[in-house]
Formats: sequence, structure tokens, C-alpha cells
Amino acid sequence: MLTKRVIACFDVIAGRVTKAQQFQDNIDVGPAEELAARLYDDQIDEIIFYDITASAERRKIDLETVRRVARQVFVPFTVGGGIRSLDEMFEVLKAGAEKISVDSMAVRDPDIIRQGAEAFGRQCIVLSTQMKHVGTRPGIPSGYEVFVDGARRATGMDAIEWVQQGETLGAGEICVNSIDRDGTHSGYDLRVTRAVADAVNVPVIASGGAGTVDHIAEGLTEGGASAAIISSILYSPRLERNLGVREIKEGLAARGVPTRPWVD
Amino acid sequence: MIDVIDYRAGNAPSVIYALERLGLPSRLASTPEQVAAAERLILPGVGSAGATMASLRELGVLDALSARVRGDGVPFLGICIGLQVLFERSEEGDVRGLDWLAGNVRRFPDSQRVPQIGWNAVRPVRAHPLWAGLPSEAHCYFVNSFYAVPTDPADVLATTEYGVEFCSIAARANVVATQFHAEKSGQLGLRLLANFASWDGSSSC
Repeated sequence: MLTKRVIACFDVIAGRVTKAQQFQDNIDVGPAEELAARLYDDQIDEIIFYDITASAERRKIDLETVRRVARQVFVPFTVGGGIRSLDEMFEVLKAGAEKISVDSMAVRDPDIIRQGAEAFGRQCIVLSTQMKHVGTRPGIPSGYEVFVDGARRATGMDAIEWVQQGETLGAGEICVNSIDRDGTHSGYDLRVTRAVADAVNVPVIASGGAGTVDHIAEGLTEGGASAAIISSILYSPRLERNLGVREIKEGLAARGVPTRPWVD
Repeated sequence: MIDVIDYRAGNAPSVIYALERLGLPSRLASTPEQVAAAERLILPGVGSAGATMASLRELGVLDALSARVRGDGVPFLGICIGLQVLFERSEEGDVRGLDWLAGNVRRFPDSQRVPQIGWNAVRPVRAHPLWAGLPSEAHCYFVNSFYAVPTDPADVLATTEYGVEFCSIAARANVVATQFHAEKSGQLGLRLLANFASWDGSSSC
């Protein structure tokens, strides 16, 4: 049986992992490759790496750090941040990533999803979306709106319509980032996660808000997600106590959520 | 020395990094001369069967690959799309494969989320040097929308379930291939790569 995935998310600034709250006030956690090596030893299922300032600074992604992390992890590795062309996707894959995450750039140019899927296969393209609850209104029938540029800019696009368009264009996975819950340790936004999981037939990743094992379990059951992104719970200095991957997975097993078994 | 075939849609760097971690000498190969001289070959793969076949054709390595693997019998490992292109034909874009193994490649039923992405249980159906020291069930990392259906059941070395039971490792003589990404399947995947590196190409343990 296919198991649920626990994914560690790195928000990287200048080669270092940071931790934000609602997409702001990033505090330093440590060098990306050191954290990657530690999490690989701890048997994390996957790592997602966002170069979070590349897009705003209008520069290319930090390939050197991508390469350094890729040398440490022999589990899947997704990279995103400011990727705007097929050539840039190619460079990131050649640096050792398996999957490319597109977000704000895909909103500006949705065709990048189609081009990426055609060149590298659907499984290579993760459509990551920043969603905020704004209430049902004309143009936003689901009540969730898509935001871009580090949650700073509203797009007027409905979140559910956007992920369906993304799936049609060729996205192989949809990552649902709740702006309201990001870094709050109050649990994923289960309502929008479930709505996305029901609206598409590709795997859905829950993101934003996990602070306890219960939250992760909820995202993977009630939320309908195939994978859960965690970061605070692993290493946020804002939490009194961080958990290891093994502890998290044992907690999930106890709640009836199967994940990749521990390998001695 | 392991030659890892490098083509545009491939993820050869990930395979090279994994071999580096194991301390195994490897290099990228993208010319017919390199392939013809290889002692041991890995065909990694992401993307689609059609794009992979087109890339290999463009590099001009198809004949050298067949001669070296089918003719000279050097040990060969295909990964993911590198497994799917070994068969006669893929439903994905109705593409002709290398035709080293009899059978076809089909799409998963839509009753499941497609692509399959994640860690799934691999269960070998017989002993093989590739699986030496590995448990009777191991979770490995899969990313695939299509799966191979070998005509000869003897070509199936391991199976996995995703809506259907499918062939997750194919093996015939000096050719082995994993549908999962061995280079991304943690320490068990690395063990499999190490086994491949010391394999003489025969199927006896």
C-alpha cells in the first residue's frame, strides 16, 4: 500500500534555513545542508526547498545550495523559488532536484506548468499555491483566494479553480499552503485542503500550520492529503519542544496513519 | 566504473550523488563511444517514455546500448522510465520502446490518484543478487503514472500494489530495472545500488 509522506520544508535565505510566521519575520535555523543531512539520517520521507527571496529579488535560484543539499539526501527533493523558464527548470534538475515547485511564476505565466510537464513529465511539476480565506464573493466561489509573492499580493483568483486549471495544464502534485495558518502551530486549514483533494485527482500536499502530531494526522485523514509538510514541529525555535521524524511517525502509526516504516 | 547515461530529461546527477555516497566510481555517459566501452550501465529516468526514447535516439546511443547490453552482456540497471522503455510499447503516447523485454506499459486506473507518488512496499517473488541483504518487504520511493506488464512472468522479480498489482522490479539475465527510484529510496535503495555495483550479471545468488 502506498503510505502517507512526511515532508520537511526548508525556507532558505542565503543558504540557511529560516522559519517564518504567516510568511513574515523569518528567524534563522541553520545551514541548509547540515539540516538536510540530519533529517536524512532521521529518515524524513522527502525535502522541499524554497529559495524564498529569489522571486522578489528577481534573481535566479541559488543552485550552489541546491547542489549541496542534493548531495546529502537520498530521498526525493523538490526545489522552488523564482523559477520562470524551462531552462531554469533544467538547471535545477541537473543540480540534483527531482521535482520543481512553481507558485507565483505559474500564476503570472500558467503555460510554464504545461511546458515543464511536457519536457520533464507531469510528476516533475508541483503546483504550490498560497491560499487565504477571504469569504465567498463574486469571482471567489470557494471563499479562498490565491495570493502570490510571499502572500503579499492578492490575485483575485479562486483557489479551487486555480488548482483545477493547474492539474489540467499538467501539474503532478498540488501543494496547499494556508497563509492564515503558516507558522501558527494551530493545524492545517483542513477545509481548503479537503476541498482541493476533492477537486483534483493528483496527490495533494497539506502545508502551513502543523504544530502537533495530531495536526499532521488530521491533514492526512480529514484533509484528504497524500503528504504533509512540516517545519516548525521539527526545528522552529518558537516552539518549546521540537520532535524528531521517528517520534512523529510513531505518533502517526498510533493514530492509524501508515508511513514508510523505520529502517534499522 | 559505472556509466550513468545522461540525457536531457534524466536525473543522472541524483544517481551519481548516490554512487558517490557509496564510494563507487561513476561517470556520466552521453556518447555512443562511452556506452560501447562501459563495463556497467545505469539508465536513470524521469519524464515520459517518448521523451526518453527521443533523447536517446538524438544522442545516437541506441545501437551502442543494445550491442553492449544485449550483445556483450554487461550488467544493466534501468530506473523508473529506464524500466518502462525496456518493453515493446508504452501506452504513454503510444511509444515504441527498446523491446528488450516482452510486454507493454499501461496507465494506472483513475480509481487511484495518478501519478502514484510516494513510498510503497516492494516484495520480491524470488531470490536475486540485486536484493541481497534486503528484507522480504521494503518501502521504496515511486513516482509513476504508468507500469510495465511483462509477458513472461519469469521477468518479474518484485511486485507492488497500487490499485493493481504491478511489476516493481523486472529482471532477465544481465538486465535489471526498478520502477521505483533506488537512488531516492533511502538506505535500502542505496543497498540495492551497491548490490548492482558488485553484480556479475547472472541471476544466481
